[in-house]
Amino acid sequence: MLSRTAENLFWLARYVERAEYLARTIDATLRVTALPAAYVGKTNEWDSALLTAGVGASFYDHYEEANERNVIEYLSFSDENPSSIRNCIEAARLNSRSVRTALTSEMWDTINSAWIELQAVWSKGTGNREELAKFLRFVQETSLRFDGSAYRTMLRNDAYWFSRLGVHLERADNTARILDVKYHVLLPEEEHVGGPLDYYQWTSILRSVSATTAYHWVYRETLKPWLIADLLILNDTLPRSLASCYSNLVRNLDQIGVAYGRQGASQRHARGIRNRLEHSHMDDIFQRGVHEFIQEFITDNSRLGEIITKQYLI
Amino acid sequence: MAAAFDEMNGLGGDLRPAYQELSRWLKETPPDALEYRRQEAELLFRRIGITFAVYGDAEATERLIPFDVIPRIMSANEWTLLEKGLKQRVLALNMFLKDIYHGRDILRANIIPEDLIFQNPVFRPEMNGQDVPHDIYVHIAGIDIIRTDPDNFIVLEDNARTPSGVSYMLENREIMMRLFPDLFARHRVAPVERYPDELLSALRSVAPHSAAAEPTVALMTPGVYNSAYYEHSFLADKLGIELVEGRDLVVKNDEVFMRTTEGLKRVDVIYRRVDDDFLDPLTFRPDSALGVPGLMSAYAAGNITLANAVGTGIADDKAIYSYMPDIVKFYLSEEPILKNVQTWRCREPQDLSYVLDNLADLVVKEVHGSGGYGMLIGPAATKATIEAFRDKLKREPEGFIAQPTLALSTCPTCTDKGLAPRHVDLRPFVLTGSERTTIVPGGLTRVALKEGSLVVNSSQGGGTKDTWILSE
Repeated sequence: MLSRTAENLFWLARYVERAEYLARTIDATLRVTALPAAYVGKTNEWDSALLTAGVGASFYDHYEEANERNVIEYLSFSDENPSSIRNCIEAARLNSRSVRTALTSEMWDTINSAWIELQAVWSKGTGNREELAKFLRFVQETSLRFDGSAYRTMLRNDAYWFSRLGVHLERADNTARILDVKYHVLLPEEEHVGGPLDYYQWTSILRSVSATTAYHWVYRETLKPWLIADLLILNDTLPRSLASCYSNLVRNLDQIGVAYGRQGASQRHARGIRNRLEHSHMDDIFQRGVHEFIQEFITDNSRLGEIITKQYLI
Repeated sequence: MAAAFDEMNGLGGDLRPAYQELSRWLKETPPDALEYRRQEAELLFRRIGITFAVYGDAEATERLIPFDVIPRIMSANEWTLLEKGLKQRVLALNMFLKDIYHGRDILRANIIPEDLIFQNPVFRPEMNGQDVPHDIYVHIAGIDIIRTDPDNFIVLEDNARTPSGVSYMLENREIMMRLFPDLFARHRVAPVERYPDELLSALRSVAPHSAAAEPTVALMTPGVYNSAYYEHSFLADKLGIELVEGRDLVVKNDEVFMRTTEGLKRVDVIYRRVDDDFLDPLTFRPDSALGVPGLMSAYAAGNITLANAVGTGIADDKAIYSYMPDIVKFYLSEEPILKNVQTWRCREPQDLSYVLDNLADLVVKEVHGSGGYGMLIGPAATKATIEAFRDKLKREPEGFIAQPTLALSTCPTCTDKGLAPRHVDLRPFVLTGSERTTIVPGGLTRVALKEGSLVVNSSQGGGTKDTWILSE
């Protein structure tokens, strides 16, 4: 398959995944900020939202204040923000157009319809909360449909594997970013100073990775911050955990390796990260520092993106 | 202008046989049902993403070509004649190209003036003496056909470079079959769906000798911003071949390779939808970012087949067009089956003075123009436009030809005020491979949607129709 086609499929999947993640971040933030201040403390949740979206710095080139209106605009509709939801969908459509022959008609239809709806319905942004909720649901449904149609209709060949690599690499990055911004509320009991205020932060984290129900099924416990960290980092059964993303990355890279009859740097690098996750315990991670662990993961993860690019996509 | 020949109602209003069933059906079908289907068709086109781009139109980089749901119908007899004429014409085009880039018998016989070839910017000296597999230059031709009466097919233009529009022929049919199953059931319409297979086998048949037993074919596009990009991706998909851009290709030791996830892979045949000028920055335009450095040297070495060949523009040039009847006679010793439109060559003083005297009645075209741009339609033009053209003509007569304003045939078409006749043309696609020349029965019917308009180009507000060739 053409390297450029693989590259487009990889990025197409990333854009769609990112758009959904942004929608969930906004949704989770709205819920926390709707609570009385006494429940959530004094942190500016909209600032956190910008940080987890990785646009903390660029935002202030365009706005003075990180309030609800500005942040939602910047994350959802802004042309200035290269990874706003709008730009993600635009980029996904452009990528789809250049690899139409590698997409199934269901996938194309999902992206093309989303793009048409974006222009027809959401060209002026959203006017009120109700519209916003509708918009966020539209974005999440687009991602679900895209993912579902890829899963149900694509041939299981390199086109599928490269597209999956994009999904899981982006997803791992997103989960790691939430952890990076919120790690301070996820410390183990003895170090924990926040008290009940943090309860709503915890649910907010779980909500942004759609894992509120999952948590209870896995641990059968009330919310404990260290268990939330365990779920998001090490629990292979949660699709958005770092461990699960890496099981998938390793599997898809292996399939490419087998099909092409050759393993390379990306297979080795991904296995290295997966092994580290597999053999880690939360206790050790807390001991060595959650923050350091996450930062290191983010670096390793984006390094994998570079290695895949070098090995296959150019 | 007098009423034009109508494809359905002839000249005098007598229903022509091929349209009997359609006419009956139209009478039974309420107008709002037609309108409803029209909207449905538009929705389908938009969902599939069949769009084209209009250059310099910032507002809408992607537009739909309006689709008219009333089919244009031709009887089997009409088609047989047209098919014969098209094959003859394309054979002559290929023989002419081989001759121009080799022995030049036609110049020595004084049929065509030399400077018209050698001074022509679309003549490619790089092709002198260059052999191409099976002497085929034009593998894919789109010949624009018009009618002014029931008896004659007239060629308006030969497109021998990178003719487009075939995706509309195929998609229009798909959509018509989906929207009007009962209308189809009442006709016996020859299918068009084998076009992609015919194209692929034609392309594979012209692979170079150095190619593997199973030659690799790729379709080369300028990219997503090209106006015909949809068609490029559509065809690559139907043919099951890679859709490549210049940056996907690399030339090593005079062989062409594409960059794949498994390393470099040799390409044998390129169906290129990129103009000559942009193919290879080392040979043609050095500023081209679309091309592949070294492609022309791989071509010269005979390791890659380009379809269509480089330099075919000399055969579809509008100044050469006027010599086509002579070209057919010269190479085939046959009378041309398809007529030419009478053409005045402004480069010839006598013709020029006639043209200048009759500008208000003539259509004047740029020799190298296309897409309906840069054209004067005398009867529809203002005095000022005519005068501006007169200046242009005097300054650079060799850049223009002139033709009478023809009353192109009309076909019933949905308009705001119900069904009304609109002018149409037809572009059938002629495929030439090493073994045979094939024409899928049908083509792209273009329709000028504005009342009275003769310009069918999509960039100028034209639409399309499905074209039905009835079986015996």
